[in-house]
Amino acid sequence: MSKLLEVKDLRISFNTYGGEVQAVRGVSFDLNKGETLAIVGESGSGKSVSTSAVMGLLPKSNTVVKSGEILYKGKDILKLSEKEMEKIRGKEISMVFQDPMSSLNPTMKVGNQIAEGLIKHQGLNKAQAKEKAIELLAKVGIPNPELRVNQYPHQFSGGMRQRVVIAIALACNPEIIIADEPTTALDVTIQAQILELMKEMQKETGSSIIFITHDLGVVANVADRVAVMYAGKIVEVGTVDDIFYNPKHPYTWGLLGSMPTLDDDESEELYTIPGTPPDLTNPPKGDAFAPRNKYALEIDTLYEPPMFKVSDTHYAATWLLHENAPKIEVPEAIKKRIESFAAKQGGNE
Amino acid sequence: MTQYILRRIGYMILTLFIIATVTFFLMKLMPGSPLKAEDKLTEEQKQIVLESYGLNDPVPVQYVRFLGNLVQGDLGISYNFDNTPVTEILVERLGPSMQLGLYAVLIGTFFGIILGLIAAIFHNGFWDYTSTIIAVLGTSIPSFVFAGLLQYIFAVELGWLPVALWGEPKHMVLPIIALAIGPMATAARFVRTEMIEVKGSNYIITAKAKGLSKSERVWKHGLRNALIPLVTVMGPMIISLMTGSMVIEKIFAIPGIGEQFVTSVMVNDYPTIMGTTLIYAFGFIVILLIIDLLYGLIDPRIRVTGGSK
Repeated sequence: MSKLLEVKDLRISFNTYGGEVQAVRGVSFDLNKGETLAIVGESGSGKSVSTSAVMGLLPKSNTVVKSGEILYKGKDILKLSEKEMEKIRGKEISMVFQDPMSSLNPTMKVGNQIAEGLIKHQGLNKAQAKEKAIELLAKVGIPNPELRVNQYPHQFSGGMRQRVVIAIALACNPEIIIADEPTTALDVTIQAQILELMKEMQKETGSSIIFITHDLGVVANVADRVAVMYAGKIVEVGTVDDIFYNPKHPYTWGLLGSMPTLDDDESEELYTIPGTPPDLTNPPKGDAFAPRNKYALEIDTLYEPPMFKVSDTHYAATWLLHENAPKIEVPEAIKKRIESFAAKQGGNE
Repeated sequence: MTQYILRRIGYMILTLFIIATVTFFLMKLMPGSPLKAEDKLTEEQKQIVLESYGLNDPVPVQYVRFLGNLVQGDLGISYNFDNTPVTEILVERLGPSMQLGLYAVLIGTFFGIILGLIAAIFHNGFWDYTSTIIAVLGTSIPSFVFAGLLQYIFAVELGWLPVALWGEPKHMVLPIIALAIGPMATAARFVRTEMIEVKGSNYIITAKAKGLSKSERVWKHGLRNALIPLVTVMGPMIISLMTGSMVIEKIFAIPGIGEQFVTSVMVNDYPTIMGTTLIYAFGFIVILLIIDLLYGLIDPRIRVTGGSK
């Protein structure tokens, strides 16, 4: 598989009144053609910041890219000028945003909002672009596209608006679609529809997708590979099977354990990860997760763990994988979880 | 849409009726009479004059007579100008006032929008602070102060423009500037605040993610959304402009409605007071209607039912 996007040791800070916030602290990942990579993590873990950097959408006034490269088709897009980035945004890499209620211009017809990118990147004239916009609306499952194309966002429901946002992202057949929590603001039933739509569209266009979410249920549904982020770093990365059936990082265990499932025993309290994420203006020495990790070793407070290789596809940054570390079994509760995933997976097929 | 406008016109007539009534009784409460002390009339002569104007009748009778004439479009005869119908005075004076007001609003809002946009685009930079200072001065200093300053600098000291009077284009420059500074400052403040907010909104980020350039984002996506609140403040802005114009017309000796209004109040010229008040009220109501319709034009979300094509 060819690498479409390679992010190497990306470090991004924000200058705030409270000091420098190290939002992304050395993130590396890559994206292959046609695959879906899910980036999972809690709020503030740096997942949106890393991907906004790929799009060049971070506010210039207070963002500092400390180091790193973002190679798109072998070219470092961090070095491109604003004019050159405009040619990549929307055309090569596009984005689906979290909140469909506010991400469309309220005073512009949806058709024109879809057509804009087409006119800009593909040189279509207005009539052609409108034709294409109608096509796209039909494609993302909006009934009566000929009528809808002339309507304004307030005439659409939330789910329908998100379909429009997806149509905008798809308009120029981009190589990569970054979906930043595209279902978080939607009703659960609509969430499933939107995920289904994105999967379908990917099958049709062969685009790669970076799917940002904090919902592991969504991950299992859409992703090929998963990167788990914590405190501005990727702590574990692997295929969906690696992460769900053979998780190695205690943080991943915590995430899997705190995921509610339908067959949970109601008398049992849902597991939560104790504590709060660290303050990134002053990130801790050693492993940032150590204070919340009951399996933490002494070395965790001193040195940051490197990425240990579990298999060719699976890496995790925890000292527990070091050959000298005590052997710690996956906790019982998480084991049960994994078994139930496996059972469900079997049932689905 | 037509139904909506017709209903609004109905309300307009009702509003005018209420304004006419209130003004009529307020005017009757004013001390003094149309007869000036320097007229040196005997008591008997005074009575004859008052009788001939119908001013000796009980107030309700006068009111009914006034309304009757008003419905027929007759505003009466001015007490101050010999036997000149008020309508004639108003028609003559409407031109300069409307010219002055229209230019002041157009020029004021136009430059206000530009100033606000510059401030928003260079947010927290030199141009932002400069335009904010201009805006603060413009809103806090009343137009007659500017009028005096402008007269002093450009007419008295530099002698570039006439101090006062009306007729040629050169007469219009100073009063229009004096009157336009207020609306300009208001518009600049609103456009700046709105544009800064719009710049940070999600749909502008969407536009950026589509690959649109900064100027495309500002002009195609930002401007229209930033102007919506401006339309809302246009109403109050025009009121202050109308009241401001009374003083400005007086200062620059412009033969307009405002100047006439001030003079008429001074001499208790009842029919002319009523006439000018009604003209002001009418103009004001029409402007509010236009603004409401304009609002729907800019913001599709509040378009009146049936308004969409």
